[in-house]
Amino acid sequence: MSGLRVLVGCKRVIDYAVKIRVRPDSLGVVTDGVKHSMNPFDENAIEEAVRMKQKKVVKEIVVASCGPSQSQETIRTALAMGADRGIHVEVPAGTDANLQPLAVAKIFSKLVEKEKPDLVILGKQAIDDDANQTTQLLAGMLDWPQGTMASVVNASDGSLTITREIDGGLEDISVSLPAVISADLRLNEPRYATLPNIMKAKKKKIEKMTPDKLGVDITPRLKILNVVDPPVRQAGDKVPDVTTLVEKLKEKGHL
Amino acid sequence: MIPVRQCLKLAPLCCQIRHGSRMFPQLKRGSFNRITDEDVNLFAGIVGQNGIKTEELDHYNTDWLNTVSGFTELVVSPKSVEEVAAVLRHCNGRRLAVVPQGGNTGLVGGSNPVFDEIVLSLERLNNISHIDPYAGIVECEAGVILQNLSDKVGEHGYTVPLDLGARGSCFIGGNLATHAGGLRVVRYGQLRGSVLGMRVVLPDGQILDGRSNMRKDNTGYDIKQLFIGSEGTLGVITDVSLLLPQTPVSVNMALFGCDSFDDVIKCYRLSRQCLGEIVSACEFMDSLCMTSVNDILGLASPLEDSHPFYYLVETSGMNMDHDMEKLETCIEKVFESGCATDGVMAASKDQARHMMSLRENIAPALKAVGFNYKYDVSLPIQHMYSLVEKIRNKMRKTEGAFSVGYGHLGDNNLHLNIITPQYCTQALSLIEPFVYEEVSRLKGSISAEHGMGLKKANYLRYSKDPSMIAMMRSLKDVFDPNGIMNPYKLLPWND
Repeated sequence: MSGLRVLVGCKRVIDYAVKIRVRPDSLGVVTDGVKHSMNPFDENAIEEAVRMKQKKVVKEIVVASCGPSQSQETIRTALAMGADRGIHVEVPAGTDANLQPLAVAKIFSKLVEKEKPDLVILGKQAIDDDANQTTQLLAGMLDWPQGTMASVVNASDGSLTITREIDGGLEDISVSLPAVISADLRLNEPRYATLPNIMKAKKKKIEKMTPDKLGVDITPRLKILNVVDPPVRQAGDKVPDVTTLVEKLKEKGHL
Repeated sequence: MIPVRQCLKLAPLCCQIRHGSRMFPQLKRGSFNRITDEDVNLFAGIVGQNGIKTEELDHYNTDWLNTVSGFTELVVSPKSVEEVAAVLRHCNGRRLAVVPQGGNTGLVGGSNPVFDEIVLSLERLNNISHIDPYAGIVECEAGVILQNLSDKVGEHGYTVPLDLGARGSCFIGGNLATHAGGLRVVRYGQLRGSVLGMRVVLPDGQILDGRSNMRKDNTGYDIKQLFIGSEGTLGVITDVSLLLPQTPVSVNMALFGCDSFDDVIKCYRLSRQCLGEIVSACEFMDSLCMTSVNDILGLASPLEDSHPFYYLVETSGMNMDHDMEKLETCIEKVFESGCATDGVMAASKDQARHMMSLRENIAPALKAVGFNYKYDVSLPIQHMYSLVEKIRNKMRKTEGAFSVGYGHLGDNNLHLNIITPQYCTQALSLIEPFVYEEVSRLKGSISAEHGMGLKKANYLRYSKDPSMIAMMRSLKDVFDPNGIMNPYKLLPWND
């Protein structure tokens, strides 16, 4: 089996190592001047597509991202990792926090109509909203099979065998193509974008689009009411010996 | 077989601890008194029972590298400057030798007892007294761990102008006493330039209060500068005021693979020209260093192939777009000129941290392979690697030995390490005094940042004129006439 065309999605999010601060109006988190990077699960998605291309299973990788103008940097990183072409669906800055999985899934289903890929790979979830919904919604809209939380993907003759990470352990499934899969962290070790590749990536094409042009209504259906810090963890108590420990446990009603 | 694996195969499982006194058999214990029960009770009266330790002292006696170990029977941990003063006053009166100790991360055996010197630990002087968020100044005690200090000032948008691999364990007092260098000297300058004020306790218990938060103060002799880098031989630092730079908003890291050290120098030159003021670290390492961290610690190289040399450059600035523009220009120029054959840029903080960890974990990786002979020297940049090659050649007949070079390229500071399966005097005789003679010949420094400690004290003459050494001895006598303060360290006892 060879010559598959893959569409990979990636999202620009606040860098995983940054300390998040809640906005004073409690409606979100501070994003101004904060380091952003590609969503870690999306790195796994791109890496998997690039590996499949190296194995000659895939012949073209198109990477798409929905977001403000800076999302182009994220697309460039994906191109530097080995994607062939990019699509940037631009959303005005400031409104991107309200771009929800349902809207993204609709955008991607339009992109699928346009690009006609054999496989769509997305990251399992974004680390800002932790939604884990886009893959499933998209699969539903396209009426395609889905392989979510994938930690192993093998291609053979018009189908994929996927190992999924689930609560009870691991589940092996087989899906026919075309299909949508979502990448989990253990799927692979994403490569670094090497500098020669970063420079080559500058010459790769990024097509610009808007949700309007695709005919998608991205009005949010969910409204964020409040964002707060988790409660501060209470300090523990150190006791000098077992007798005191037993006393304290009794005091607090645990014994 | 790769030298690293060959050495590992030959190294015995137990670690090699050389007792400081046995490393130098001609070193005799000074004429100090020995501790009695009365002394111990008196110290307990000053610092409290919790401040006294007479058992399980290995961790104070032995250095981080497991290369020197002393025989102290008492560790005293005061919790205020007054307690430090009272302890020292008593030690001075009784002629008891004292070793001040911070995080015990020193690399030259300077913070460990050689014989039965009392260890004066600063671990309980760990208060961060005040942070001035407008002026960017922090006042803290000497026993604050560098990482904790960094975290605390980070809350106000500031960063400590000093960063090194030992940050999770070293104390700021120790950093000052050794005048530690680290990764960011190329950006923030030497630590002594950021010290606004200090409080020190002299060996006789007198408190020298030089605390100040003034950025400019030309009133008389700047005595605090004598204590910075004095390695605990003139007094005990208890408090410091540091000037802090702003925490950078945009940090980037790039790693280049180069075919020769000449190419590394070219890369370095180009990167400084293109990046200018945003450069915050310039480090290099050779391929055996990379192999060591790969094999021993399982840290993977971000580059596909292995290269003879690696050059790491970090930028820190206040505007991501501006910094990226400068970096892109730099990268284009580097590849156009051909001085690097491959490279990566960190796409996330995690990747940046990983790339820096490759450089920072060289010392821990080498430590795990066998016995390390460590040399930290300043040399003219064009001669930095030729010293490694000369030593490698000298060691070629020693079984299991291998030599590596890495370090702070931006400061012309080479870390030369020779690793053998176990300590042996024959290997040492091939290395010393050759290394010191070479460095001296090139008018370099035999200790760029690690200090003299115990291990290098007798080699002071290779980098300092006799008149300078004589003046140092005079100053030592002024501050410490009884010689109780960290004896056998820094100044030569046998040259």
